[in-house]
Amino acid sequence: MINFNLNGTDVSVEAPEGATLLSVLTNQLDANGQKFGCGKAQCGACAVHVDGERVISCQTTAASAAGRSVTTLEGLRENGKPSKLQQAFIDEQAAQCGYCLSGMIMTAQALLDINPKPTESDVRAALNGNLCRCGTHNRIVRAVLRAAEEA
Amino acid sequence: MNSPFTIDRRAFLATAGFLTLSFALPRGALAEGASKLPGDLEKNPMLNSWIRINSDGTVTLLIGKVELGQGAVTMAAQCCADELMIDMARLNVISGDTRVGPDEGTTAGSQSAPYCAPAVQQASADVRQMLTQMAADKLGANAADLVVEDGTISAPDGSHVTYWELVQGDELNVAATGEGPLLDPMKYRYMGKPVMRLDIPAKMTGEQIFIQETNPEGVKFGAVARPPTYKATLVKADVEGVGKMPGVLKVIQNGSFLGVIADHQDQAWAAAKALETGSEWQVESALPTSDGIFDWLKAAPSELTEWVNTPREGGDPAAKVIENEYMRPYHMHGSIGTSAAIAVMDADGVMTINTASQSVFSTAAAIQQMLGLADGKVQCVHTHGSGCYGHNNADDASADAALLAAAMPGTPIKLQYTREQEHAWEPYGSAMVMQTKAGVDADGNILDWNMEIYSTPHGTRPSGNAGNLLSARYLEPPFEMPTPKDGGPPNYAATRNGIPIYTFPGTRVATHFITEMPLRVSSTRGLGAYANTFAIESFMDELARNAGVDPVEYRLRYLEDTRARDVLTKCAETFGWDAWEARPGFGRGIAFARYKNLAAYTAVAVEVQVTARNGRVRVVRAAAANDSGQMINPDGIANQIEGGLIQSLSWTLKEEVKFDDTKVLSRDWASYPIITFNEVPPIEVSLIDRPGEPFLGTGESAQGPTSAAVGNAVFDAVGARVTRLPMTPDRVKAAMPA
Ligand code: FES
Ligand code: FES
Repeated sequence: MINFNLNGTDVSVEAPEGATLLSVLTNQLDANGQKFGCGKAQCGACAVHVDGERVISCQTTAASAAGRSVTTLEGLRENGKPSKLQQAFIDEQAAQCGYCLSGMIMTAQALLDINPKPTESDVRAALNGNLCRCGTHNRIVRAVLRAAEEA
Repeated sequence: MNSPFTIDRRAFLATAGFLTLSFALPRGALAEGASKLPGDLEKNPMLNSWIRINSDGTVTLLIGKVELGQGAVTMAAQCCADELMIDMARLNVISGDTRVGPDEGTTAGSQSAPYCAPAVQQASADVRQMLTQMAADKLGANAADLVVEDGTISAPDGSHVTYWELVQGDELNVAATGEGPLLDPMKYRYMGKPVMRLDIPAKMTGEQIFIQETNPEGVKFGAVARPPTYKATLVKADVEGVGKMPGVLKVIQNGSFLGVIADHQDQAWAAAKALETGSEWQVESALPTSDGIFDWLKAAPSELTEWVNTPREGGDPAAKVIENEYMRPYHMHGSIGTSAAIAVMDADGVMTINTASQSVFSTAAAIQQMLGLADGKVQCVHTHGSGCYGHNNADDASADAALLAAAMPGTPIKLQYTREQEHAWEPYGSAMVMQTKAGVDADGNILDWNMEIYSTPHGTRPSGNAGNLLSARYLEPPFEMPTPKDGGPPNYAATRNGIPIYTFPGTRVATHFITEMPLRVSSTRGLGAYANTFAIESFMDELARNAGVDPVEYRLRYLEDTRARDVLTKCAETFGWDAWEARPGFGRGIAFARYKNLAAYTAVAVEVQVTARNGRVRVVRAAAANDSGQMINPDGIANQIEGGLIQSLSWTLKEEVKFDDTKVLSRDWASYPIITFNEVPPIEVSLIDRPGEPFLGTGESAQGPTSAAVGNAVFDAVGARVTRLPMTPDRVKAAMPA
């Protein structure tokens, strides 16, 4: 049994030896944000927060989350409403297919947590390990800057 | 980065006088018995196949086109809400479900705007007309005196009735007449406005929406083992050993097809991996390699079609002949999420598949044939997936999930490919060679234009034929892949955008279509348009330089279509073409195309900086201008232009599927890199609105012009004409004058 806190709720889950945090979150705990993109630490689609820090969940075992706090995209919501950052993404219509966005938002939130007023190049540098195939990059950057401005 | 795009309303003023006329025309034509209903309404005329009025005051809109991230569903909802005169909040949309709703074929080719939107618009207008007449009868009033507001129809005396009171049964089970009057555009609440995409909030806040996070009750996890390469036969597999691995419930072998079902996803992947590496295969080494592919294309047996051959009549021989040859490698669709599907075979023997396919109807038919099931026994339900950009692995994932689900009836099987499988097995965009040749007069004016295209196919979609499904070819007995065909006018496939939009005294365009496929290929955003536009627009730049004429001005000499001229001019203006000042290492380039010569018009201009020492290209900024006819959703159009431009920068500067004589070597994002945030330039988009003109598809219009704009800018910067894509630093360096 692995016990940890998921988006504010304590969870217990039985997972096979070596199961990734990504797979356990997605397929056993019905968390929806994090996505499987590559399983190789190359795309960032699976980014979540563990104890407030950005973690690539395809490269992390579920067991290593034991006793810690895991936050996924839905965990950023505030009282059921989109968070400031999520709202900025909606306002900027910063999506095409949207598959990369959970990873983008989780990565951007980790940036804003330590650098609340980033420059455009801070944002690009922070997101450089996150791939988007639809070409939504500039809208994503605008959304992060907008959230920072409105904070 | 303040404003994402600007809209040019000058066109509105210029054409406003024609508005009424252009809206009235189709109805006039219909009244005279010309039977054409707009768009896909012609094929699906029953009103209740598009619209259901529900007793709870909601309206269900059913469409056959699907959301791929291009905004098609929101666009349809805008048209429906406006023409039905209801609040958009009342609408729920069902898209791409073979069990209900209209068959609109494949969601591709930028055809949602021209085919789905007008159909929804007219169906909604017909429904409104019909309900208004019903209300008139009920209220004892004149239909012409009634007003509709958010589904409530009121008479001058204040009496009123709602749509949901009027529709009690199957009143909408009638054919469209096409006679419902379309709303005056001045009354639109949604069309022409940057309405927020309906699917975006859920995607931003982590509501369950994608296949990849869907887990039906009792779901088990499937995975397939692929052979080492295309031509491979399974000699021996350790079915028994793998069957004993942790969590494995079943190993399925059928001919050379191998799959597993396990309790957990990681376990399924581990077992499939063990099957892949632990099995013995007989493999053929006969691929031409990624460096040898262009010579191979020019030598391969092919069918030659002369699409255009209108020689110049009389006149002097050309003073000079200029030639070049351009090469486009294989490109990946490269979806960020690997393809996934969920299939379940129920007690009645019906296989239901959640799929991200672009072609739910014909993919269902192909899977039905593969499984040997009766008509109607395979149903596909479109569910959000990662962007596909054409025919990627989504259909194969659906077929594979179904193959596994058929082996375990009653259990939903969720299958997602690994990254290696997605990269190595998808049907790529074909490699192509374009040879251009022009005869010019003493002033450099074009007299004779000639282009020859070499290409393998661009369309191997399932199309109701199991032989187009990857795994079906490895079953026992195997399904034969049908020989693909090239597409002719008006859309074309290999020759898409190969016929210049410019008017020259003499023009010849011919295509060598090769049906043999060293690498698996199919529709990739734009088909041949990206490569052909790269060739034509690079060559136009060379010819302009030869003539010593500014490339914008040179193009305008041959461009008769005023909308094309407007877009090119607008792009130059947005970029600041005339005010641009040359400085060492920097260059500017521009290019233009009308997608398919019948869809949206897009011009792109870029500024680049090239490092002479190593040939590295940095795109400093980009500007685009677009005319998509009457705009349904300006923000959606801007989003598609930005996205297409960025994707094309990635193709143009970085992407090439690498392969040796046996197998594909590009198997992850390290061996097939794509553009990253630090490489994406600021982009300014100008949109030209054309109220009253037909809606034109936008999604594939920016890619072609972007490639040539970059190439032309690189030449402008350092005198290097890079003819083989991508423009990697070593190729730029090699092309630089010594
Ligand atoms: S899925 Fe984890 S980095 Fe790509
Ligand atoms: S929005 Fe589709 S991958 Fe980023």
